Amino acid sequence: MILYLLIMILATVVPLLLAVAFLTLVERRVMGAMQRRQGPNAWGLFGVLQPFLDGLKLLLKEPILPSSADQPLFLWAPILTFLTSQIAWAALPTSTAGAVRDLNLGTMYVLAVGSLGVYGILLRGWRSNSKYAFLGCCRSVAQMISYELPMGLIVLCACMIANSLNWSALVESQQNGIFLLPLWPLALIWIICCLAELNRAPFDLPEAEAELVAGYNVEYASMGFALFFIREYRSMIMMATVTRLLFLGGTAAPMNLFFLNWLPGSFWLRLKATSVVFIYIWVRATLPRYKYSDLMDLGWKRLLPLTLAGFVANAVVVFNIQML
Amino acid sequence: MPGSLATGLLALARSGAGFSALPAVSHALAALGEAQKRSLHSGLLSSQPASSSSGLPAFGQAPSSSNPFTPGWAFGSRSATTQPLAPAKVNQFTINFGPQHPAAHGVLRLVLEMKGELVERADPHIGLLHRGTEKLIEYKTYLQGLPYFDRLDYVSMMCMEHSYVLAIEQLCNVTVPARAQYIRVLFSEITRIMNHLLAVTCHAMDVGALTPFLWAFEEREKLMEFYERVSGARMHAAYFRPGGVSQDLPIGLLKDIYDFARQFSSRMDELEELLSDNRVWKERTVGIGLINAQQAWDWGCSGPILRASGIDWDLRKAQPYDAYGKMEFNVPVAGHGDCYDRYLVRMHEMRESLRIIFQCLNEMPEGPYKSIDGKVSPPSRSTMKQSMEALIHHFKLYTEGFHVPPGETYKGVEAPKGEFGVYLVSRGGNRPYRCKIRSPGFAHLQTTDFMCKKFMLADVVTVIGTLDVVFGEIDRAAAAAAGAARSSGAGGGRGRNVAAIGMLGPAAAAAAAAWAAAKWSSSCRCDRSGAVGGASKLPQRVQQRLHEWQRLIADAVAKLFRCPHSLHSDSRDVTM
Repeated sequence: MILYLLIMILATVVPLLLAVAFLTLVERRVMGAMQRRQGPNAWGLFGVLQPFLDGLKLLLKEPILPSSADQPLFLWAPILTFLTSQIAWAALPTSTAGAVRDLNLGTMYVLAVGSLGVYGILLRGWRSNSKYAFLGCCRSVAQMISYELPMGLIVLCACMIANSLNWSALVESQQNGIFLLPLWPLALIWIICCLAELNRAPFDLPEAEAELVAGYNVEYASMGFALFFIREYRSMIMMATVTRLLFLGGTAAPMNLFFLNWLPGSFWLRLKATSVVFIYIWVRATLPRYKYSDLMDLGWKRLLPLTLAGFVANAVVVFNIQML
Repeated sequence: MPGSLATGLLALARSGAGFSALPAVSHALAALGEAQKRSLHSGLLSSQPASSSSGLPAFGQAPSSSNPFTPGWAFGSRSATTQPLAPAKVNQFTINFGPQHPAAHGVLRLVLEMKGELVERADPHIGLLHRGTEKLIEYKTYLQGLPYFDRLDYVSMMCMEHSYVLAIEQLCNVTVPARAQYIRVLFSEITRIMNHLLAVTCHAMDVGALTPFLWAFEEREKLMEFYERVSGARMHAAYFRPGGVSQDLPIGLLKDIYDFARQFSSRMDELEELLSDNRVWKERTVGIGLINAQQAWDWGCSGPILRASGIDWDLRKAQPYDAYGKMEFNVPVAGHGDCYDRYLVRMHEMRESLRIIFQCLNEMPEGPYKSIDGKVSPPSRSTMKQSMEALIHHFKLYTEGFHVPPGETYKGVEAPKGEFGVYLVSRGGNRPYRCKIRSPGFAHLQTTDFMCKKFMLADVVTVIGTLDVVFGEIDRAAAAAAGAARSSGAGGGRGRNVAAIGMLGPAAAAAAAAWAAAKWSSSCRCDRSGAVGGASKLPQRVQQRLHEWQRLIADAVAKLFRCPHSLHSDSRDVTM
């Protein structure tokens, strides 16, 4: 049993770390293509060795510990963010075999762990004891918690239709029709909230290079920075996976044709998750940054009422269908 | 209280009333509003549940013990309507938007005093790129001093050179042949496009749009290839010379410029597609950095900033130089004076520049590319190797340099950033006596404080980007010259026509005389007496002569502004 668990954990973690590594490369190359230039192409064929060399460089760099930063918590903050983004994967089914632990409260678990990630960011900025980092951290924390509200409501909408909080049940209930069709306005709002939750453009004000020079990261060098980066890309993949599980049928093939079903469910999940990640990168290359006040405005005054309305409408429709 | 609302909603949902529940919900919400209003008016926690008729508990009420379902945390709760929060005291703190910053557009140290997110005061500290340009020019011949101007505003190189050579030509009374004028206009407009491509897209990158920056720099690469073809250097060309340009256009260049110009319109469309109608872009730039027409005038703004505030003032139309008088183009003017308008003005200016480029390509005349006046323009290399006179001219011009008759002139051109001017004072030698540079960025940077007040930190970045400041031209001189700069810059900038300049003449003359007196008698020049070899070491009769000149210049400045010819035909060489 323990061996089984260990194998499941490794089967989840190792490919995930590889995926994160290559995602950095994918982002740079895709953005380069959109910007009429090439991304990294020097190391390995199409630059595939680039992420590993980046990791090596970060490992070999001197970690800088600013004297003004409060020591234990300063070092714990990146570890905390890294951990919380990892443990969320315990409940996500990455193949038809199910998750490492297929919790009946899987959706709630993932949302809760996502909220815990906020603590890590709070610690990072605060313990850096620097004005820029502090500003960045305040903005980031407020942004993340405000956009978690619509996210939770949208997840609940999908769970209402599936009548369960279990991820596998969600996937199974999409066999007759993916949730994107009835819930497409909520899916659009969900994508926006994912971008805000991940601190990605157009909501990347906390790490805006032009203004705060990497915001709450400014005091971190080498491994602290690397851990944070891995966390960010891993959260990207997680959000993309969750999007796919919620809205697009998860591990199922696009059409229920026999030859498409030969390919394993994990392949379809990955393919769909990659397309969502491509949308994230696409949006980053295209849109300017939202100002902080507009960002808050968007979250509270526009997305939240819309999501609430959608939630109520969804509840009403679901009950009508169940009554019939 | 939110819990009770939720239970109420769930109750409605459970009753399965569907859409027919909506009127009941709206009644309930209206009743809640009533309850809130009533508790506001009373100013106390009222004990009477006001909406008992609709069956829902009301906000702003003290939890009555009669309700058995009151949750524990509701006791002692404060309602936001009855006891509003006192505003928290936010401390002011100072942030250093430091010299090393991706968005500082050079070396700008902007000290921001912030109250929370709002900027109370923005204090630019300049001088970090001060290279002593004006002082160095005084020790170089006119030709040696030309490359300094490339390096002032290092994103729009040839326009800086243009102003300098026009000033020299005015003092030397040299006529520029038609072909040279057209070449100069062509490259000025190419420079304008280069500058605006950088300005707009670097601004966009600071605001967050990462892609237009790379697209624009690809176009800039193509334009820098034209610079290189014509002068040998991609950026700092040193191409414009007094009398014309240094070399003729190579064969095939005009065809390549035509090919570029044909596709450039589509590139601009791509840029506009990403930015102009983008609601995020508009949210970041509309209403930010507002400056109205009168304020822009008062602060000494020029160029796109002035035009975006509604003032139709373009030196290419108002005081045409070179072949601009023969060009047909419009000057874009916008009304609001915010960042979005400045962005639009710059985009339209690029399109108008394209129009001018097409006209230059079509109408490029044949003929000499520099003045045939051998006293100013060096002869061609082939003649130099065959004719003795040409050899002597070549030798004298490249060693000693040409002598400019004594006099002063101010010549401003419509640089892409604004009005760039050179105030050239000559004492008759082969070196300028004083070369004062009026840069648009200096005046524009002063408006940072004004534009950023009460805006947020993100808006500071937007404003700096839209002012299009480049520190090469801001820092070129010490701030001690700022007083004279403002008056002479003001004199040049406000001069709408020659008569007006004449009217301002006395004021400018007084300022110039005061500054000249300070120059002659004391201050910076004589401090470094070892390097200067200045007035303290001149013989007595020369000093007397110089004092006479001081009076003459002070009297003649007004006339000089009206008449391009210098009054002093004294050709005595005063070498220093």
